[in-house]
Amino acid sequence: MKLTQISIFLENKSGRLYEACTLLGENDINIRALTVAESADFGILRIVVDKPNEALSLLKENGFASNSTKIVAVEVEDTPGGLSDILKVFSENEINVEYMYGFVEKFREEALLVFRFENTEKALEVLKKNHIKAITEGDIVDL
Amino acid sequence: MLNYWNKEIETIGEDSLAALQLKLLKETIKRALETSFYKVRLEKAGITSCDDIRSLGDLNKIPFTTKDDLREAYPRGLLSVPSKDVVRIHTSSGTTGTPTVIYHTKEDIDNWTELVARSIVATGVTDEDVFQNMMSYGLFTGGLGLHYGAERVGATVIPIGGGNTKRQIQLMRDFKTTVIHITPSYALHIYSVFRKQGVELLDLNLKKAFIGAEPHSENTRRKIEELLNIDAYNSYGLSEMNGPGVGFECIHKCGMHIWEDSYIMEIINPVNQEVLDDGEEGEIVFTTLRRNATPILRYRTRDLAFIHEGGCNCGRTHRRISRIKGRTDDMLIVNGVNMFPSQIEEVVMQIPEVGTNYQIQLEKDGALDKLTVKVEIYSKMFTGDIHELDLLKAKIKEDLRASIVIHPIVELHEPGSLPVFEGKAKRVLDLRPNSYKEV
Repeated sequence: MKLTQISIFLENKSGRLYEACTLLGENDINIRALTVAESADFGILRIVVDKPNEALSLLKENGFASNSTKIVAVEVEDTPGGLSDILKVFSENEINVEYMYGFVEKFREEALLVFRFENTEKALEVLKKNHIKAITEGDIVDL
Repeated sequence: MLNYWNKEIETIGEDSLAALQLKLLKETIKRALETSFYKVRLEKAGITSCDDIRSLGDLNKIPFTTKDDLREAYPRGLLSVPSKDVVRIHTSSGTTGTPTVIYHTKEDIDNWTELVARSIVATGVTDEDVFQNMMSYGLFTGGLGLHYGAERVGATVIPIGGGNTKRQIQLMRDFKTTVIHITPSYALHIYSVFRKQGVELLDLNLKKAFIGAEPHSENTRRKIEELLNIDAYNSYGLSEMNGPGVGFECIHKCGMHIWEDSYIMEIINPVNQEVLDDGEEGEIVFTTLRRNATPILRYRTRDLAFIHEGGCNCGRTHRRISRIKGRTDDMLIVNGVNMFPSQIEEVVMQIPEVGTNYQIQLEKDGALDKLTVKVEIYSKMFTGDIHELDLLKAKIKEDLRASIVIHPIVELHEPGSLPVFEGKAKRVLDLRPNSYKEV
């Protein structure tokens, strides 16, 4: 149940984030989740969208250095301690989280979180064993 | 297969070459004495007739000519023939002061064309090639020089000149261009436009590029060759010595053969003007041997290079020079340390994650100079991992420090975001007050 995340290299220049988002918006691509990782003179915009393949080729055609990575999105109960419960499972199974961020919208009643794991395959096995549901590409489109 | 345009001259023996050079040097001195500038200059040095030159060793009796001398002699001080015999004029832009001018007779243009023909045949060009000339036409010698040489060889010439990338690519595709003449920076730029225009290399028939008009590193050449899947040959020329066709690489790409039947080449120490041996790096000095309208003696090019020792497998006996390291006036002094922009280029262009463009910026930070090297990342190498990019920055910084001894600031930029030049690239932006450099 891996999802595609798109990473976009953005140099530190005003308007560049706006341009990337406008490009996606004008082409009817919906951003479902996003985060920005920043360094001194550049940043990386990470997004999960409804049409990842289309978005990636669009970005590349328009000169954005971009790439796709596999991530896993997991439903988390939207109550105090919900995230902690999930992280406990990872911790107990020695699954390393490289980074994580939240979805813009909720899915049914649960909150949605994006995880980038050091070892995605192993993480998926652990999720399955623990009956934690990972979101599919189809779910993203239906959001 | 070894191809020559003029085998007899191109493979001339050492003694015959020396005899030919002496004969032509004497003729050149005779013509120089006809000019108002050299008449005074040579007489002051005790040379009043071509008979005062008895051997090539007498060359060192002749004073050097500098760019400032050419400016001083502008517009007619170096003209050696009646005006009616002049068929073409090339002048420098004059953006840095008084312009300079080179006059050509019909025979001069003919000789120049011959040198260009020899040069491009040495890279394997034949009358079956389609040659797209992307260098500017007009007063700049890069365009017209190659144009006539390629026509003489019988290639199909597309005289499009510089700029207009979209059109360039269209013509390359429609007419199956096999050879381009282009600046290294533009070659890298044009590659980045292919994809935007939806053109694949397979749609084209490109085989060779002649690259010149700006100093560049071996790594830049390799990058051009890999990206465009072609052979790139270095071309060397300067308007004072006609323009392109002074020196050119053969198929072996191991330095540029200088046509020594047309130019006497010396390498000197730029500080004390001592003539150096083959293998020693210094300033290139040229004397024209076959130019009627504007003879120039011992011209200090300000270009730094060395002469390769030994012969070349292509059989041409004309000696080869290294790539141009830079110009004596390109040298930057940063916090008291001397460096050439070419040293920075060499470092950044060998890193695969670096794209096709970079820029060097100098500023004052209090009393100190601040050197910033801006590089574009290469799209294909971008993985989305921020840690990798930080490591890349650190690596560039460390490699630069090892090469130029200065700690630079390294900035990563998006592909296509740094200024692009369709003619000669301006890589160095010196924003220091009182600085006079904008190379």
